[in-house]
Amino acid sequence: MEKPLRIGVLALQGDFREHAAMLRRLDAAVVEVRLPGQLDGLDGLIIPGGESTTIGKLAAMYGLDDAIRAFRGAIFGTCAGLILLAREAVDGTHGQPLLGLVDIAVRRNAFGRQVASFEADLEVEGEPEPVHAVFIRAPWVESAGPGVQVLAEAAGHAVLAREGRYLVAAFHPELTGDTRIHEQFLDLVREEQGVRA
Amino acid sequence: MPAMAEIGTMRVKSGLAEMLKGGVIMDVVNADQAKIAEEAGACAVMALERVPADIRVQGGVARMSDPDMIKGIQAAVTIPVMAKCRIGHFAEAQILQALEVDYIDESEVLTPADLENHVDKWKYTVPFVCGATNLGEALRRLGEGAAMIRTKGEAGTGDIVNAVTHMRSVFGTIRRLGSMVEEELYSEAKRLQAPYELVKWVAENGRLPVVTFTAGGIATPADAALCMQLGADGVFVGSGIFKAGNPAQRARAIVEATTHFNDPEILARVSAGLGEAMVGISTASLKPEQLLETRGW
Repeated sequence: MEKPLRIGVLALQGDFREHAAMLRRLDAAVVEVRLPGQLDGLDGLIIPGGESTTIGKLAAMYGLDDAIRAFRGAIFGTCAGLILLAREAVDGTHGQPLLGLVDIAVRRNAFGRQVASFEADLEVEGEPEPVHAVFIRAPWVESAGPGVQVLAEAAGHAVLAREGRYLVAAFHPELTGDTRIHEQFLDLVREEQGVRA
Repeated sequence: MPAMAEIGTMRVKSGLAEMLKGGVIMDVVNADQAKIAEEAGACAVMALERVPADIRVQGGVARMSDPDMIKGIQAAVTIPVMAKCRIGHFAEAQILQALEVDYIDESEVLTPADLENHVDKWKYTVPFVCGATNLGEALRRLGEGAAMIRTKGEAGTGDIVNAVTHMRSVFGTIRRLGSMVEEELYSEAKRLQAPYELVKWVAENGRLPVVTFTAGGIATPADAALCMQLGADGVFVGSGIFKAGNPAQRARAIVEATTHFNDPEILARVSAGLGEAMVGISTASLKPEQLLETRGW
């Protein structure tokens, strides 16, 4: 039998348990990451939904920001995770610390406050059937560099995208029973391992 | 928003609470405090006119906050802004929804407006969080449409004992439900005065169907860690931060303790040098009519 993938879930704040449950359903070994040393030996990392300012500050306090920048595996960010991975947040939240790993500019709370949070079916590149997506005070990708592949859009803006070994979603696949986006991420993890091997 | 999108579904309402997990929601009374809270790493703020400790001292009727104050806080921070309405005061709830607050707390900290009925929370697009002292009360609130529960504790005291009592009661009863056979669940639902379908769901799943925070009496990083280890998904801190010396540092320490609740070395480090905690009141010294936890039905 194939050795299970070891996937870290950044567990500083947010819905990391839902990501962990999703990964276990896909037979991955899950590690909760709160400190830099816990990234050692991981094949991939998920940055979950939550409050991006909270997660960003807690990461910086414990040196996880630099540790994640140095991490060589594939990374998947949902919602707050998408914001943290971005190069820039266009609404400029007084110097909010970002990881700057993906060549996108994002708009936080782009659809509005909680009253505008919604669920809807999305057409996703590479998926024959639509994906039911949950958007909570969600961001969108305002602009993307040439190396970024847009995989899904909502209201005319990119909400699922890939650049190299990074996958970002403005919505929360971990809140539904649908594992397809997480399967796409695990494929990316294996692909990245092949590149590094 | 794309065409065919649905707003205000239970998944969307409870979904925001999922994103708050592992975080600290801080009471603030103005934009400056809100900025301090955000800077310290709060995952949301609760906008209110007076923190519970001041409501205790000053007395009088405690009501929904001035909309201008809520708007000022919304303009000052990017994290979710919650606000409180009185128990059963659905007009205050309508106003808070019109203001687009991110969560409404139908709260026993304010003076109740209805001695029998809570707000029918299904009617709103904005989600509600409600307090509970035991599982039956929590399930009654869910039956009315709440999308998040917080155990009540005793607000404005800085005494953690009631918060612990309420968590032990909620989580202990959930564990006992798991050992019951089907026919016992009917009489248990009757005993809990809670909808049978919810009792059955909790018995099968071993947890509440929504995120459960704790509140009422958290004053130190150790208090936050205690609550998290007892099973809370996150904490509300009311008077404990801005009634203490050096609020910014204490706020940050409580945020760190809530994330690293299982790491005693980090807890020891963040607990040091915080200056004075809020003085507090022992809940054992309160007269029955001074207790806030008994409000809610």
